[in-house]
Amino acid sequence: MSVMEGASVERAVSPWGLRLRRFRRHRMGMASLVILAVLVLFCLAAIPLQMTGMDPDATDLFARFDPPGPGHLLGMDEAGRDVLLRLMVGGQISLLVGLLATLIGGAVGIVIGILAGYFGGRLDTALMRFTDGMIALPLLPLLIVLGALDLTKLGFSQDFARSGAAGFWRIVVIISIVDWTSIARLVRAATLQIRERDYVRAARAAGAGAAYVMGAHILPNIATPIIVAFTLTVGRVILFESVLSFLGFGIVPPTPSWGNMLNNAQELVTTAPLLAVYPGLLIFVTVIAVNFLGDGLQAAFDPRSEK
Amino acid sequence: MTAFILSRTWQAALVLLVMSFVIYSLIGLMPGDPLDIMIASNPGATPEVVARLRAIYGLDQPILYRYAHWLLAAMQGDLGFSRTHSQPVLVVLIPALWTTCKLMLLSFVVSVALSMVLGIWAALKPGGVVDGVVSLFAFAGISVPVFWLALMMILLFAVKLHLLPASGLSDVGNESFGDYARHLVMPVVTLALSSIGGFTRFVRASMIETLRMDHIRTARAKGNAEGRVVLIHGLRNAMIPVVTVIALSFGSLFSGALVTETMFAQPGMGKMIFDSILSNDFNLALSGLLFATIVTLFSNLLADLAYGWLDPRIKL
Amino acid sequence: MSELLGLDDVSVHFAVRGQTVRAVQHVSLAIAEGETLALVGESGSGKSTLGYTVAGLQAPTEGALRFEGAVLTKATWKQARAKIQIVFQDPFGALDPRMPVSAIIAEPLRIQRIGTDATRRARAAELVERVGLPRDALNRYPHEFSGGQRQRIAIARALSPQPRLIVADEPLSALDVSIQSQILNLMKEVQEQERLSYLFISHDLAVVNHLVDRVAVLYLGRLVEIGPREALFARPSHPYTQALLDAVPRIGRHRARHARIIKGEMPSPLNPPSGCVFHTRCPKAQDVCMQVVPQLEPAGAVGHSAACHFKEGT
Ligand SMILES: Nc1ncnc2c1ncn2[C@@H]1O[C@H](COP(=O)(O)OP(=O)(O)OP(=O)(O)O)[C@@H](O)[C@H]1O
Ligand code: SF4
Ligand SMILES: [Mg+2]
Repeated sequence: MSVMEGASVERAVSPWGLRLRRFRRHRMGMASLVILAVLVLFCLAAIPLQMTGMDPDATDLFARFDPPGPGHLLGMDEAGRDVLLRLMVGGQISLLVGLLATLIGGAVGIVIGILAGYFGGRLDTALMRFTDGMIALPLLPLLIVLGALDLTKLGFSQDFARSGAAGFWRIVVIISIVDWTSIARLVRAATLQIRERDYVRAARAAGAGAAYVMGAHILPNIATPIIVAFTLTVGRVILFESVLSFLGFGIVPPTPSWGNMLNNAQELVTTAPLLAVYPGLLIFVTVIAVNFLGDGLQAAFDPRSEK
Repeated sequence: MTAFILSRTWQAALVLLVMSFVIYSLIGLMPGDPLDIMIASNPGATPEVVARLRAIYGLDQPILYRYAHWLLAAMQGDLGFSRTHSQPVLVVLIPALWTTCKLMLLSFVVSVALSMVLGIWAALKPGGVVDGVVSLFAFAGISVPVFWLALMMILLFAVKLHLLPASGLSDVGNESFGDYARHLVMPVVTLALSSIGGFTRFVRASMIETLRMDHIRTARAKGNAEGRVVLIHGLRNAMIPVVTVIALSFGSLFSGALVTETMFAQPGMGKMIFDSILSNDFNLALSGLLFATIVTLFSNLLADLAYGWLDPRIKL
Repeated sequence: MSELLGLDDVSVHFAVRGQTVRAVQHVSLAIAEGETLALVGESGSGKSTLGYTVAGLQAPTEGALRFEGAVLTKATWKQARAKIQIVFQDPFGALDPRMPVSAIIAEPLRIQRIGTDATRRARAAELVERVGLPRDALNRYPHEFSGGQRQRIAIARALSPQPRLIVADEPLSALDVSIQSQILNLMKEVQEQERLSYLFISHDLAVVNHLVDRVAVLYLGRLVEIGPREALFARPSHPYTQALLDAVPRIGRHRARHARIIKGEMPSPLNPPSGCVFHTRCPKAQDVCMQVVPQLEPAGAVGHSAACHFKEGT
């Protein structure tokens, strides 16, 4: 039985290896990856600077609107704080919100989507009606209401409600509450396809339960669209964070974020226009890079180019 | 068909009911309560008086009870009183609705028209120069923070070039059509740009998909008049998902409208909702949010119907 | 030969938009140890559904299954699962593209928690050679293999928990003819080594002729004829079986009769015909056929029976 049916099998390439190869050929995707890496390094550069004693929240009323100069490469803002340092720290906050809210909301979406898709029937109907309802909501107004909620009315202590941590987690949580629907739908649709595959049947015939099938077969096989969707979600979340913080319902000063650094920019746009340019430009570059990355991943994962 | 419309409408109504309760509860969780201004402006209010007032206004009742009360009144057209405007909510709401409708419709037309042209043009030769430029533009469109874009336009056109006014509906004392139009340019462009990127990408993808189909490919290869007919036919196919997505996203224009109106000081629904939340104007915030939900649900309903109407495979 | 698996009056219905699809109706049959039973019939006759029921993928709406002498209940089903494995038609959909071959082959063991990682890997290594693939196939992924090779991997997976019965749902029909016989030989080989039973689902009677001991004919969810291969091929008793065999003239028939061709299409399992389900297409149909459901009754040779009011060979 040594018949090999004429297949020429060379080195073993895992499906992930193939994708990596294809991604490398996607120019915009690769460029975005580099840009994002640079942006992350830029934000993290605040850490050594802060260790040398620089403080992003320290105000100096004699240095308001100081032009760029040695020690303050981008000058000072309306409260006499170092703009460059605040951009770095604010970037950490904005990126972290983007990642965390995507992970939490994405996890919610995956759970809801996979349960609806795998079990079908009434559970599916109920979950999908719920998802449709969420999609029908006017997102931004709702986010603002959620951002305006009085945490003490929800049983949190006054101290916590006023703290910076509360502001941070509040925005992470409210965005995750709202932004899981697209992933839930995607996961459901993909699960519906995979659960009818014969390899899933074979596993069930061997006695596999729902948890095993989801973990061993469904999740790995829908990982690629999920990764793409997560990437795109990060971009959307960063935009949500920026607009909420800009409107005053997100990250609360003195903690900087790219969004709330634009808080006063509207009034200052005549006097100090550059203060309005930098943070927005960083948001723009980050989000566009994230979106191109998602596009590159999509191309690399496209089943049409997969044999 | 009628059964389909009925069942969809019924579902939408149900969602609306649930959402109205959710929004009602959320509004109740905002800081302060409907009485705090009254109490704050009256230093002599003893705790007993406050308690009596709360009882009169029903604030000591369980939330479901208050909600039911509110719902009954709302169904009879009584949406309450706006405490910042000192007017019935409807009186505040209707002009705002009109401003927003104008803004949304105009920018909707602009973005749909432009994204159709760009998307189809790019799809004719995927990977070509046009496609590259259009893609870049579309990605920029979905990636730019709308409020920042507005800020930059104000900076450029109002502050630096003095070409366009930065805020309001019209200049004081100048009520000419041209002046209204000038005030609308930046808001409309901003709002349009906030959705154009997504639309363009979608039109392009859908069109490429259609052009890949065999019969269209052969017809195109022949390059004759028949080919053009097929192309137009293909366009119709390609537009089915596009129409759905566009109709679906009409509701999400509300998010953009909120930002745009706030940035350009347009007295529309978005700005009104935002201000009412800022100033704890409970009744106004509640009604505004509900209106936004209704518009979104309605456009989703339209999307469903449009899909059924355009796609011959779905028999209603 | 003692009975390994028995079906007792099994029916499988599906609810589709308020209607009932009667995919399998009142089927009773048995498979002996080491035996191969073929299940034949047109597309849509319920072969796969019955196979899935045997493999535990589909609960019977009515009726019961016996395995190794005991009626299968929810409690005993779990152990039986390792002993009844399944091989599918489409070798491309049958293997998880995200798993290396070693994990695929060892999967039933992992699910059943049999052995350790090391012993499972050893078992996979042993099996991959048993089914005629090189050892280095273990670390490769399904996309690197041809259809025939994949079917070998699927067979290795089915063999890994040392099953007693393998349900093979048209395992050859997606393969090139030249490869079909290789897979068929492989299946025969492992059957002898392991004393396996097969429920071999097929619509290709020529294939069936090479492998099987007995043949069961399904029409619209009903078992219409069952019997030893030689007897059934030589003297088919049910008009449907006769027509099926006439379509393949070479097999087992000594004299050529005038070919009987089945007209029309199989009715929908949503509302099967009254009486004998075959009466809408049967050349011998009489009034009684429309009213009375014919029961499966002995027809000639030992173990040969058919469900027809006018069966031949009694
Ligand atoms: N999950 C299901 N839901 C509803 N109907 C089903 C389901 N599975 C099978 N059926 C129906 O049951 C009938 C029998 O299908 P089955 O797949 O068992 O036939 P088959 O003999 O295997 O056909 P084929 O040769 O095409 O594989 C068909 O009419 C089919 O449409
Ligand atoms: S019972 Fe009647 S209809 Fe059915 S197969 Fe026999 S002869 Fe034909
Ligand atoms: Mg089948």
